[in-house]
Amino acid sequence: MGAKLVDFAGWDMPIHYGSQIEEHHAVRRDAGMFDVSHMTVVDLVGAGVRPFLRYLLANNVDKLQQHGKALYSCMLNAEGGVIDDLIVYFLEESWFRLVVNSATREKDLAWIEQQATGFEVEVIEQPGLAMIAVQGPTARDKVLPLLPARRDSAAALKLFYGVEIEDWLVARTGYTGEDGFEIVLPDSEAEAFWRALADAGVRPCGLGARDTLRLEAGMSLYGADIDETVSPLVSGLGWTVGWDPATRDFIGRAALERERDAGPAARFVGLVLEDKGVLRNHQRVLVEGAGEGEITSGSFSHTLGRSIALARIPAAAAGERCQVEVRGKLLSARLVKAPFVRNGKAQINID
Amino acid sequence: MSKTPDDLKYSKSHEWLRSNADGTVTLGITDHAQDQLGDLVYVEVPEAGRELAAQEACAVVESVKAASDVYTPIAGTVIEGNETLADTPEAVNNDAYGAGWLLRLKPADSAALDGLMNAGDYQAFLESE
Repeated sequence: MGAKLVDFAGWDMPIHYGSQIEEHHAVRRDAGMFDVSHMTVVDLVGAGVRPFLRYLLANNVDKLQQHGKALYSCMLNAEGGVIDDLIVYFLEESWFRLVVNSATREKDLAWIEQQATGFEVEVIEQPGLAMIAVQGPTARDKVLPLLPARRDSAAALKLFYGVEIEDWLVARTGYTGEDGFEIVLPDSEAEAFWRALADAGVRPCGLGARDTLRLEAGMSLYGADIDETVSPLVSGLGWTVGWDPATRDFIGRAALERERDAGPAARFVGLVLEDKGVLRNHQRVLVEGAGEGEITSGSFSHTLGRSIALARIPAAAAGERCQVEVRGKLLSARLVKAPFVRNGKAQINID
Repeated sequence: MSKTPDDLKYSKSHEWLRSNADGTVTLGITDHAQDQLGDLVYVEVPEAGRELAAQEACAVVESVKAASDVYTPIAGTVIEGNETLADTPEAVNNDAYGAGWLLRLKPADSAALDGLMNAGDYQAFLESE
């Protein structure tokens, strides 16, 4: 399909299939698809799964009471650092499914196995499953006729719910800020489904567009915005911490409570570059009177026609402006609240 | 296969140079270079009057992925930069040898272009890379 391939965590991955910008716009305006089979699918099975996840995850798995419901969460170490961010699906009381990052696969599996000791849980990686994300305003309409069965149940899915259709999991989730589905299916059926989607007018999109779309949507990228040295509280992910009930003792809770009570040292913000240029990861952010921060993800927003970034800056930073050191020059940027774009529409004012 | 027009000279760092009738030289990046970079979102060109040494970084092309310096293989004085690229960086992708030109300069030594590759040499260089 004309893909330009790069190595990503040991997988040959398409960076784009011709034009990264066209792919980005296709997802915002119509429908695009991503082969995200590199993502690691881990099934947790057994009578002790729910108690185990209450302990393992910073978000509270008890928010999942209806079959098919999904939850975004961080998995923390004892210091409150983020080992990975993931989505957990409640399939059955004795069967939850995690979708974790591929670059963190080995350490995630080792950590989950280690923590599962003493719980009645079996940890089963599912390397035979592929995953295709179809995203965009027309994505659902284009996917539904191609599902093998139970199209009504997929059509009726609410946001952040999934349904099992034969051995597929069809979920109304994504990483772009658009509506659509993420579909987990057997490897052997993935190619035919991909081709059927292409025939239905869904544009193949690479990792490049996936990154600019998720950045516009203000979604975290593991390894860039978050890692084991930072907590959710300084990463714009405080909303994913399930503090209630106070009696739920999850890994990292004590450290997070100390950080919360002391007041986090940093805050996580969006930046819009007002001068010409491009914001990049690791550029220095200077906030008058408050000190220095750093861009964690910077790129160009094709929807806004401006460079945008996510950045971690000192908690004391006030006001609306900052400067970023870009290739030896200080450029002006504005502090905004992410997301930058949702459902095809700008969420911030651009003059 | 990327395009390599016969009337141009080429550098190993993937710039092209055109000798103009008035003795000036126009410089840009090759079709191969733009293809490797992917869609450009920002281009910075030098101001008129700037003196450039051979091999000096003279422009910046930024794709979504990364920023890359452009080097001039020959010394000279900048006559003009292509300021229209500030608003239309995609011209470099769409028309690398035409509307996507980066700058025009007056060479310090008019014979300097002789040492550069012709289209056939550059094509062979690309295949060997």
